[in-house]
Amino acid sequence: MREIKFWRAFQEGLSEEMRRDPAILYFGEDAGGNVGGPFALAKGLQDEFGEKRVYDTPDSEAGYVGLAIGLAATGYRPVVDISFMDFTLVAIDQIVNMAAKLRYMSGGAPKALPLVIHTMAGGGRRAGAQHSQSLEAWFAHIPGLKVIAPSNPHDLKGALKSALRDDNPVIVMKHKAILGMKGEVPEGEFTVPLGKAFVKREGTDATIVAVSHMVNVSLQAAAKLQEEGISVEIVDPLSLSPLDRETIVASVRKTGRLVTVHEAWSPCGMGAEIGAVVFEECFDFLQAPLVRVASSFNPFPYSPGMEDFTIPGVPRIVEGVRKVLES
Amino acid sequence: MNVPPEKMLAMYRMMNLIRRFELRASELFRDGRFPGWIHVCVGQEASVTGACFALRPDDYICPTHRGHGQSLAKGIPPERMMAELFGKKTGTNLGRGGSMHLCDMEKGILCGVAILGDGLPMAAGAAMSAKLAGNGRVALGFFGEGASNEGIVHETMNLAALWDLPVVFFCESNQYAELSHRSAHLKVDTVAARAAGYGMPGVTVDGNDVLEVLQATSDAVGRARSGKGPTLIESVTCRLHGHYEGDPQVYRVPGDIDEWRKKDPIARLEEKLMKEGVLDAKSKETVIGEVDRTIAFAVEFAEKSPYPAPEEALELVYA
Ligand SMILES: Cc1ncc(C[n+]2csc(CCOP(=O)(O)OP(=O)(O)O)c2C)c(N)n1
Repeated sequence: MREIKFWRAFQEGLSEEMRRDPAILYFGEDAGGNVGGPFALAKGLQDEFGEKRVYDTPDSEAGYVGLAIGLAATGYRPVVDISFMDFTLVAIDQIVNMAAKLRYMSGGAPKALPLVIHTMAGGGRRAGAQHSQSLEAWFAHIPGLKVIAPSNPHDLKGALKSALRDDNPVIVMKHKAILGMKGEVPEGEFTVPLGKAFVKREGTDATIVAVSHMVNVSLQAAAKLQEEGISVEIVDPLSLSPLDRETIVASVRKTGRLVTVHEAWSPCGMGAEIGAVVFEECFDFLQAPLVRVASSFNPFPYSPGMEDFTIPGVPRIVEGVRKVLES
Repeated sequence: MNVPPEKMLAMYRMMNLIRRFELRASELFRDGRFPGWIHVCVGQEASVTGACFALRPDDYICPTHRGHGQSLAKGIPPERMMAELFGKKTGTNLGRGGSMHLCDMEKGILCGVAILGDGLPMAAGAAMSAKLAGNGRVALGFFGEGASNEGIVHETMNLAALWDLPVVFFCESNQYAELSHRSAHLKVDTVAARAAGYGMPGVTVDGNDVLEVLQATSDAVGRARSGKGPTLIESVTCRLHGHYEGDPQVYRVPGDIDEWRKKDPIARLEEKLMKEGVLDAKSKETVIGEVDRTIAFAVEFAEKSPYPAPEEALELVYA
């Protein structure tokens, strides 16, 4: 199968859907002309779809997210780029107090609130405390929002297409470290469903449930552990909300041990949620306490050594698996 | 404005320091000597120098992500700032902040902010603190014409005007916000025009004329100190480099760099000083030599300084 990069998978998914559905509009800072935003994800989009469908917005995240909600409530399907996930907080009131509950509190009218907000998360770029965060738990906490965090080009393209066809607000979290990652993506039409987790590697000794790019880092850790004869199963939830409890629970029932891995902080993070799900649904199968691997509990520092200390890498994941196997 | 020759010379020196620091930082970054990314202010030296030279040493500023010049002009030690760019323990932020978050409380530099507009309420708060304490300090918040479109800017300006806070909102209109020309994002011709809507004075100045910037900022600072409240200053200038170093700048209006180079703020001040006999070829050489030595020392200091220990990341999270 052909291989394409993560950013290319995003572009393909977006433009294919915009060709299919004239109701999709695109908004983003610097999205116009030959630029396509700071990560060039919308490059060429305005050339193809014109200024009535692709908008270069002022630096006003709360304003244009709010405007997109109004468009979504009245028949359009807006896609909004908030370049860095850190800046979603500028618009969080619109996302949480408006987008997430408009349908519910109005008694079901509007019938749909199709809004996709895509954003770049993650550290490792020496970008400092305000350009490196992974804030998925903020959104996964809120009823009415869907949150996805694809970890490779295939899943990104397929799940993005599903998000663009979904009638709810969907947050699409992409990790900066994998923008250039290559992966197999079929030529033809395909989608990846929302709300479904995927087993990325089968194993028998322990289950890792990892979020976003940490799926890839965990795969490396699993390969390393395999050399010592330790067999790790890796589950990629892809959808953080709604979470596919069944796939996660099935895996932990099989291995009896759970390690969660994400780049966001540990307290009240996805690892805590996944741990609670397992606690609720397969407590009797657990052979060891849960181990959570996450960034150390500090804002992201600039200096390379300190940032590398902060973010979990292969050694910390390996250590986490060893720990869960001890008891 | 009657500016004493020593002050003009000091501004000339500062503008050269900023320019040459930025060019050196740009080179060092390109050569991979430090990581992350930097936003330099080449072309904006008069703007930041005129703004900060209107302040007292104990006044506050809040820098932006493009804060090297703003911070140097307010007195940040160049070697500690360079060490911060290198991520060293001796940096102004102990290696935790990097280029976008420069901070030096001793010099009144509150902390660079990289979320557009978020520095302004902090500046207004520092101004309120000065007002409550009755210590006569003022605060100056830097922002760009791009950031002027954030909601927080609107809320802060209304509050500051309503409560007569001793703050100056200093907008560097450098023609581009990230990768878009200002015309793509602003309906009004001047950001300063918005001041009327908050009930405060708004002025637009030639941001490449350091004396004009100094005059306007001194007026605003005077108003603030005497209890008359905030002022919005728009300093019209142009950044001559990309948004970040390495930016291919495909969005640039063709020929605009050449046009703006003709208005180079340093050359303009230099010409005036030469004409007035304040500066000559020899004293110029002395200034440049001194500046270059300062920068060479800063680079050496940064290079020789140790990195923080990785586990220091855990410190300073709580007071
Ligand atoms: C809330 C927020 N949105 C978007 C960005 C990304 N961003 C960084 S700089 C910039 C443009 C800023 O333009 P301006 O305020 O004019 O300052 P300049 O860079 O020209 O100095 C943008 C959009 C950000 N840092 N914060």
